[in-house]
Amino acid sequence: MTVPLIELKDLTVDFPVGGNWVRALHGVSLTIRRGEALGLVGESGSGKSVTWLAATKLLPAKARIDGEVLLDGKPIQGLTRDQMAGVRGKRVALIFQDPTSSLNPVHRVGTQIAESVRLHRGFDAAAARAEAKRLLDRVHIPSAARRLDDYPHELSGGTNQRVMIAMALAGEPDLLVADEPTTALDVTIQAQILDLLAEMRRETGMALVLISHDLGIVADITDRVAVMYAGRIVEEAPVDALFDDPRHPYTQGLLAALPDVAGPRRRLTAIPGQVPNPAALPPGCAFAPRCPAAISGCVTAIPSLDAVAADRRTACFRAGHATPWEIAA
Amino acid sequence: MLGYIASRAFRALVTILLVLTFAFFILNATGDPAILILSADAPPEAIEAFREEWGLNAPLWKQYLGYLWNLAHGELGRSMRDGRDAWAVVSERIPVTLAITIPALIIKLVIGISAGIVAALWRDTWVDRLVMAFSVTGYTVPSFVLGLALMLVFAVQLGWLPAAGADSWRHAILPIITLGVAGAAVLARFTRSAMLEVLGQPFIRTGLAKGLVWRAVVIGHAFPNAAIPTLTIAGFMIGSLVAGAVVVESVFAWPGVGRLLVSAVGNRDLMVVQAILLLVTVTMVSANLIVDIVYGFVDPRLRTARGGPARGGT
Repeated sequence: MTVPLIELKDLTVDFPVGGNWVRALHGVSLTIRRGEALGLVGESGSGKSVTWLAATKLLPAKARIDGEVLLDGKPIQGLTRDQMAGVRGKRVALIFQDPTSSLNPVHRVGTQIAESVRLHRGFDAAAARAEAKRLLDRVHIPSAARRLDDYPHELSGGTNQRVMIAMALAGEPDLLVADEPTTALDVTIQAQILDLLAEMRRETGMALVLISHDLGIVADITDRVAVMYAGRIVEEAPVDALFDDPRHPYTQGLLAALPDVAGPRRRLTAIPGQVPNPAALPPGCAFAPRCPAAISGCVTAIPSLDAVAADRRTACFRAGHATPWEIAA
Repeated sequence: MLGYIASRAFRALVTILLVLTFAFFILNATGDPAILILSADAPPEAIEAFREEWGLNAPLWKQYLGYLWNLAHGELGRSMRDGRDAWAVVSERIPVTLAITIPALIIKLVIGISAGIVAALWRDTWVDRLVMAFSVTGYTVPSFVLGLALMLVFAVQLGWLPAAGADSWRHAILPIITLGVAGAAVLARFTRSAMLEVLGQPFIRTGLAKGLVWRAVVIGHAFPNAAIPTLTIAGFMIGSLVAGAVVVESVFAWPGVGRLLVSAVGNRDLMVVQAILLLVTVTMVSANLIVDIVYGFVDPRLRTARGGPARGGT
């Protein structure tokens, strides 16, 4: 078996909150193979962004990170912050939720892309500008040469996200982590950006991690999905298997809440209750208080993420038991 | 852009006119120059002659209109104390004031901005607390208290520097420090909060995510953005170069514009006061105008001329 591109092993993150440590990530393990596309899904606060910010050392210095991050099988968590700069952009690129505020308002977009080109490929200023123009062409921004001299506030959110993608491509990364890349955009623009991400992945062969709160968004362009809840991965499966046969009651709940465009009209079901406060998690399974299938064992012990088939893992004592959502769906 | 400058210039003129009008009536309502300059014991005939000479017996509105008329013809009037041209009396003091305010401004900018940056980059460490402690002290202690304290220590106790006067460059040191410390304290706080605000922005994380080292992100991405709010305060300080040292000049008997203002107000030497107010307002207003124009260069979002709707379709 080949060495995976990047491997997270038992990653934990704690934040200092008023003199206490609050655990945001409870041992997340994930493997990304070269060229694959993984969807990471969960509600806000489930730890999906924190996972990748921790893996790339982009969290504030006060956060405590434990566990292993292996890049090409070699641990990178021992690297200093400046050494990590050599990994970011070059090996692992990231784009974020709000493209307009993710770009520097006082620099022209061409300058910001050229900065990445020069950094990772050692071009001189003129060559970097030409490459920036080529990258804007690649992400299908019309009249790219003229857009180089625009500022982010002069461009729409969708165009700015394309600029972010162009900037990410500048380092020819092996992995692109897209953190809610379409959440701040109009619905009509969302599909275009997702298509662009899929296209860039096909062309470059880079791996993609698509972080989203929306299962429907990741379904189209990823191969595999990991569902997170309260700082843990609760289910991981190939995308088709997850949609056809969700095992974890939380995944089932997410699917029941998703409108089905092709199928018959039905009432959407919401998951009752709220995501627990990370500072006061239930003692057992974090989902137990909201779970229709919970039994007494669920509130005392935490289920581990176990393989339930060759390519899927589930963290649930009641995996496979029918829930009201499944019946409704 | 020209229209913008024209409208700004018009508003500046209105501001100046308001300031001069208020000062004219308030000074006239609160004291009689004839008595203040000649003293209350002067013979009534002398006081009457003085009033007659300076036109003080005319109704106030007539004096006011006369003043405006002269002003419109570039006449700032004469000092009632010695009959000299008011502008000559004021302008000879300007270099004296600048001799302490310009070095003080340099201290404010250099120390204030660098201390603010250091505090922000090492937020919540002892460096930050130290800088902020100095900063809070620096701008809560009034400058006359600070000036007197410095005088007490360095002039009276240690005898290193002269206490007051303007006979040598050594006389300028304490006034410069007094002015510089207070301004640096204000600027340090502003710079710190501007830096913290910018460092929390998503584009800083983007800079790191693209592979820049922290130093490059701070210099290339944080500084240009933090400069924008810092510029406002710096511009205000530049505007107060001529008149920002009233208290300090009085404490150290430094014969600049500020001290002239205090004595002219005391004497109700109206034309001199008006000339100083005109000078102060004009420098303030022009400094603000310059800051606004510089803003446009630093912050592309304010360059309305190019603006227009968002481009690029998606």
